[in-house]
Amino acid sequence: MRTTGARRLVTLYLPLSLAAIVLLFPFYWMLITSLKTNRELIDLGGLPFWVFQPTLEHYQFLFGETGFMRWALNTLTISIAATAISLVCSILAGYTLARLRFRGAGAIAAAIFVTYLVPQTLLFLPLLEVVRQLGLSNTLWSMILTYPTILIPFGTWLLMGYFRSIPRELEESALIDGASRVRAMTQIVLPLAMPGILSAAIFSFTLSWNEFIYALVFTTSTDIKTIPVGVVTELVKGDVYFWGSMMAACLIASVPIAIIYNFFVARFVAGFTMGAIK
Amino acid sequence: MRAEARKRPVAAGQAPTIGELLDRQGLLAYVLLLPGLLILILFIGYPFVTSLWLAVTDQSVSTSVARFIGLDNFTDELRSQIFLQTVRNTFVYTGVTVVFKLVLGIGLAVLMNQSFRLKNLARAALLLPWIVPTALSAIAWLWLFDATFSVFNWAIVHSGLADRGINWLGEGSWAMTSIIIANIWRGTPFFAITILAGLQTVERELLDAAAVDGASSWQRFWRITLPLVRPVLLIVLLFSTIWTISDFQLVYVLTRGGPANSTHLFGTLAYDVAVRAGQLSEGAAISLYMFPVLILCVVALLLYFRRSST
Repeated sequence: MRTTGARRLVTLYLPLSLAAIVLLFPFYWMLITSLKTNRELIDLGGLPFWVFQPTLEHYQFLFGETGFMRWALNTLTISIAATAISLVCSILAGYTLARLRFRGAGAIAAAIFVTYLVPQTLLFLPLLEVVRQLGLSNTLWSMILTYPTILIPFGTWLLMGYFRSIPRELEESALIDGASRVRAMTQIVLPLAMPGILSAAIFSFTLSWNEFIYALVFTTSTDIKTIPVGVVTELVKGDVYFWGSMMAACLIASVPIAIIYNFFVARFVAGFTMGAIK
Repeated sequence: MRAEARKRPVAAGQAPTIGELLDRQGLLAYVLLLPGLLILILFIGYPFVTSLWLAVTDQSVSTSVARFIGLDNFTDELRSQIFLQTVRNTFVYTGVTVVFKLVLGIGLAVLMNQSFRLKNLARAALLLPWIVPTALSAIAWLWLFDATFSVFNWAIVHSGLADRGINWLGEGSWAMTSIIIANIWRGTPFFAITILAGLQTVERELLDAAAVDGASSWQRFWRITLPLVRPVLLIVLLFSTIWTISDFQLVYVLTRGGPANSTHLFGTLAYDVAVRAGQLSEGAAISLYMFPVLILCVVALLLYFRRSST
């Protein structure tokens, strides 16, 4: 008994604790920094791992003196709108590719998969041109309309797998009973696919919330920026006195994502590995 | 309507009705696919064509009419020291981080595959680096690597390892080391959580049987577990390679490609050249240099899926 305890300590708890410390330390550091006074932040003599005079002044500065509230509102608006658009497109495309037989189905499925692998850095310059041509530069729409290109491919693949897992017979019996295909889809298939749809929604929302390069390139004015872009371009001035507020912003913007994500980790992994795990 | 619908399941042998039905389904299919395809064509397909066009012209912010100049942008880059440096940087950055992420990810997955209390909490916590906005966690690293106030330097100096701290982001090879550390920190949880999903499908009985036959735990892992999760490893590796080669945020926030271009990747160099210096065509050409590597990864993945689905 005692040896298994010692063994578990060495093979499990010690390495796990080490991993936890390394992976979580930057978050602890964000929290600590956001609560320190500026005097404490630049004090090189004292122990840096603890706050001796906690203060909320950086949070007050962030909400009162910067555009943070505006950026948060923008990020929320864009994320919700882009998620809604992507969901509609992914549900329709996922259902079609899973259920309907038509010429070119395989090619379209492969093409959608390939677009999932196209990194944003490959296309951000020409996309900037397209956004300009459409007169969308420096608007929330530039992001609402382009984010779905990142979201639709994964959403479609995830939902395709989901729709396939729903027995075809359920739908066919409704068709035999005289229901139209649209009714069979909305009243039988969609409710059963709800967990998958929810996963696709969460995935889309978090990805929109985290997006950086498009938002950086498409926007110039402060009141259009998203949280990541706003914090990086407007609070990073090389001035030591902003560190507290920057860490506060990072923490606040990370918390909602961390909470939401926890509800869907397993499903994400399942969708991601797409059949590699049987 | 009712009669047509009724035919569907039983019509397998009747050629004309099937053709009619396929037509109907085909039309419906394209109508349903339209919204998604429209967005993908407008904002991926069309920009891609635009990028090919941009790359063979001399378009910049100041030129009103672009001239066709063939492959000059691409050949010019091959003579540019900064570009060649960027290619080297990308190889080092991708090679080193992917190997570390794979090894550490397997290790973490094996740890998490054991049963212990608060496992769900641990899993959620360990995923944090990967799920929070990278631009924001990169700012935390910027602060951790600060020339004066770096907590690592505080530890180095106070433990007596050195008299002075390291200039993390200010010296070429240290700057590369710094972005590699931040990237490994960010990417390892993704490897771990995906590989963990693979490990959970390995059947307990198989390992138990091998143990009865006298296989050591190392042999069981090397000979049974690893081959069984190989498909997962392959997919994670390919995705991570694509994402790392095309990385932007970490480098943009931490070093902007500096000092002296020692940390530029394709994405950050293209941004610098096109957005900050206004040379759109040159920037597009730099981005397109990522394309061949990308194609290789995509083809590998598609071949793999085709093989596994048949």
